[in-house]
Amino acid sequence: MKDFAVLFADLDGTTKTNEKVAALKKYFGTVSHGEAAWAVYFLTGRRIKQLVKSGQLARWAVDEAKIPDWLFDECYDSVGDLGETIALILPTTEAHAEGSLDFWIEEKVYKLRGASELTQREIVVGAWNASSDLERFLFNKLLTGAFRVGVSQQLVVKALSELSGIEPRVISQRLMGDWDPTAEFFEKLIDTEGGAGELSRPYPFYLAFPLTENETLLLGPAANWFAEWKWDGIRAQLIKRNKEIAIWSRGEELLTDRFPEIVEEATGLKEGVVLDGEILPFKEGDVLPFQLLQKRIGRKNLNKKILDEIPVVFMAYDILEEDYKDLRDEPLRFRRERLEHVLSTRDKVASQQEFTQLQLFAPCMTQLSPSLRVSPTMQAESWEEMKKIRDTANAMKVEGLMLKHRESKYGTGRHKGFWWKWKVDPFTIDTVMVAAQPGHGKRAGLFTDYTFAVWQENELVPIAKAYSGLTDEEIRKVDAFVRENTTGRYGPLRTVKPTQVFELAFDGLQPSTRHKSGIALRFPRILRWRFDKKVSEIDTVESVSKLFKEKARD
Amino acid sequence: MSKALVTSTNSGLYCPQGDFYIDPWRGVDLALVTHAHSDHARSGSKCYLTSEPGQHVLRARLDPGANVESIAYGKKLTIKDVTVSFHPAGHVLGSAQIRIEHKGQVWVVSGDYKTQLDPTCEAIEPIQCHTFITESTFGLPIYRWPSEQDIESQINGWWQRNKEQGRASVLFAYSFGKAQRILSLVDSSIGPIFVHGAVHKLNEQYTTSGVTLPDCKFVGDLDKKADFKGGLIIAPPAAFDSPWTKRFGDYSSGYASGWMRVRGNRRRQSIDRGFTLSDHADWNGLLEIISATGAEEIIVTHGFSQPLIKYLRETGKQARGFKTEYRGEESELAIANEKLAEAYEEDLEKPPAKEDTP
Repeated sequence: MKDFAVLFADLDGTTKTNEKVAALKKYFGTVSHGEAAWAVYFLTGRRIKQLVKSGQLARWAVDEAKIPDWLFDECYDSVGDLGETIALILPTTEAHAEGSLDFWIEEKVYKLRGASELTQREIVVGAWNASSDLERFLFNKLLTGAFRVGVSQQLVVKALSELSGIEPRVISQRLMGDWDPTAEFFEKLIDTEGGAGELSRPYPFYLAFPLTENETLLLGPAANWFAEWKWDGIRAQLIKRNKEIAIWSRGEELLTDRFPEIVEEATGLKEGVVLDGEILPFKEGDVLPFQLLQKRIGRKNLNKKILDEIPVVFMAYDILEEDYKDLRDEPLRFRRERLEHVLSTRDKVASQQEFTQLQLFAPCMTQLSPSLRVSPTMQAESWEEMKKIRDTANAMKVEGLMLKHRESKYGTGRHKGFWWKWKVDPFTIDTVMVAAQPGHGKRAGLFTDYTFAVWQENELVPIAKAYSGLTDEEIRKVDAFVRENTTGRYGPLRTVKPTQVFELAFDGLQPSTRHKSGIALRFPRILRWRFDKKVSEIDTVESVSKLFKEKARD
Repeated sequence: MSKALVTSTNSGLYCPQGDFYIDPWRGVDLALVTHAHSDHARSGSKCYLTSEPGQHVLRARLDPGANVESIAYGKKLTIKDVTVSFHPAGHVLGSAQIRIEHKGQVWVVSGDYKTQLDPTCEAIEPIQCHTFITESTFGLPIYRWPSEQDIESQINGWWQRNKEQGRASVLFAYSFGKAQRILSLVDSSIGPIFVHGAVHKLNEQYTTSGVTLPDCKFVGDLDKKADFKGGLIIAPPAAFDSPWTKRFGDYSSGYASGWMRVRGNRRRQSIDRGFTLSDHADWNGLLEIISATGAEEIIVTHGFSQPLIKYLRETGKQARGFKTEYRGEESELAIANEKLAEAYEEDLEKPPAKEDTP
């Protein structure tokens, strides 16, 4: 694992992209294909299942370090990262982790599976004793599925592309979906001959950039843009090739068996088609709250009851492949035509025969409807008009608009320029901070995750957790406040004196069983620290609910 | 128990039997100074007593005309009812532990100390005593230092590699003590060495005190077009992210501090490389020195004091804390604090860029 540790140190030791790519190239050019495959696996954010409980690791480390438990806890509080704390308290060694990364994973980590606690401990402690501080840290991170380093998948792809001479988008696609980190896989990944890989493999998703109000001025004439509702569901690709149907989420999870109604409907599609769209909980012509979709995904068994209660649709907005031909370089206006054509000419599926009228362009009006639809596009002559459309988003139960240039290709990753998401203005409320927890990674050891409350009668009830939105300077100040005003400790969580008022922004409301207030905010974030407000002036559960209802009615 | 030889007061640590203060943070009549770092040596007292090797640095850092007396390490001096002597603490040039004896009772105030070797100052000598007053800046077992050789080769390797890539290496380090220690361990054959004004000022005092340092060019002496490629620049943390660093062009940044042992501390500062190098004792160093003093009672002043106190109590020692204004605080604030401290100390009110125009 030595080479991997050197790579990690190189990646971690620079903020410059070209140096990171150089380090990756050097590494991939030197190590065995077996090791390279595992490195790609971890560097692209994939994880192995945690085979040993974190508490167990901590206990063994405490024994090895011969320190009391409370002292370990103090250290953990200060470091904020378990894998690192363990690496830092273990007795120092002169050792270096001999053997390749694949050897460490396959011959050490995998041997933990199903082993007795004694054997597990022997393997883990043995590994610790055979490695340096940094290697131990990495081993712990890989073991607990918490490995992270400052490279994006795009950088890994860039390095592999430069090394192999294969186009980045081909490598990206070969990295999509499920694959096993083996030498054979890595060889196929950098093979100049081979095709795109397995049949069910999706294309890398093209993502939109957030657009701010004033930026519409920079987009040119509104007429050049298609607008679509920004659906609040699960972004997914629906693939039909060689009579096989696959549904992949943007998180590259295979969801095919979670959505039988979509699969059934997709059997009517022609062969060699890949659609991009959104899976939405949808009933009687209406979008249901996103939460219900999560509930459905969480179910192990999909019985009739849940299928009836929370039906879903695939709202298609793009076609990436037709007749096995990659359409991603065609302009969007062309792809939309093809999409509508492909969907409207599909064979009617037996059970759906009763729907004689496919009201593709009025999805929210239809009473009964198929599970595969086209997301409608809207056009406007001016940005004022477009904004008016956007402002009806709440009533439509969507988050805002997607703006896509008529001529845009289907790219990879998130780029500024051709696809934008234009959300409605968020709701804002004043809340008071009641608890804080230390962050992780870059924010380890600092109190960065906060719980906010509003009034309900004469009581403060938690309504949201948020961690983004403050500057580093403010985070340091809040951190100091938390330390000086702690009223209670519950593990890493500290309750604090409710004196500091923060204005939060959020995109929607959901019922919650986790928060005492009975409601949860969707995408809460901190707008600003309100030094000028007193805790008596903050919102109440009632005022928050009212605010939401009023806006949704507009 | 016999009467305390040192108490904690609003002005600082006080010895009633000798009627003097140690490292006071307010002006007093007589201040015994363990070392010249700004949180231990403050202006405003009528008379200062420090170790002989530390006198030049202390004079340079107090208001001009301060009355500074010095005494050789180990030499005994009677002040009122007590006998005092200064003994090396290994922290920075001239740093001392102060031994106080009264009617057979011996107390030692250690100031700040380290156990690692440092060519720019005398090594610590543990002093037998009844009560030992210790710091605890790094009083957690996660803080254990790599060997001096390790750090030396890490820094030299980093510099060498940057040089090969045609870049400058800017290493941020506390300007008094840390900077000189780094200068003494880098391989000056790799390339030219440059220093920030704050470091330059202290280097002069070190040289006056007889410490040999490699040749360094003061950045402020160079003209605008000076070429820093392949060079090593030593600067205080306060210069980090300031316009002053612009002139080095494409450079790699490093930071030498004990806090760099923990990854998050470095990552929060967006520093390329962290080097775990401290002028304070690590966890093992604290325990080693505490044990070597044979003291029955330990008083902890600053840093991670609570864990150290609890740990010592569990190992059967009497331990308690003194509230002081010495810095050390909690790790997450340390770098920001060090930056503030350094800024305060060097009075960098004037824009750093001014250094270019003498």
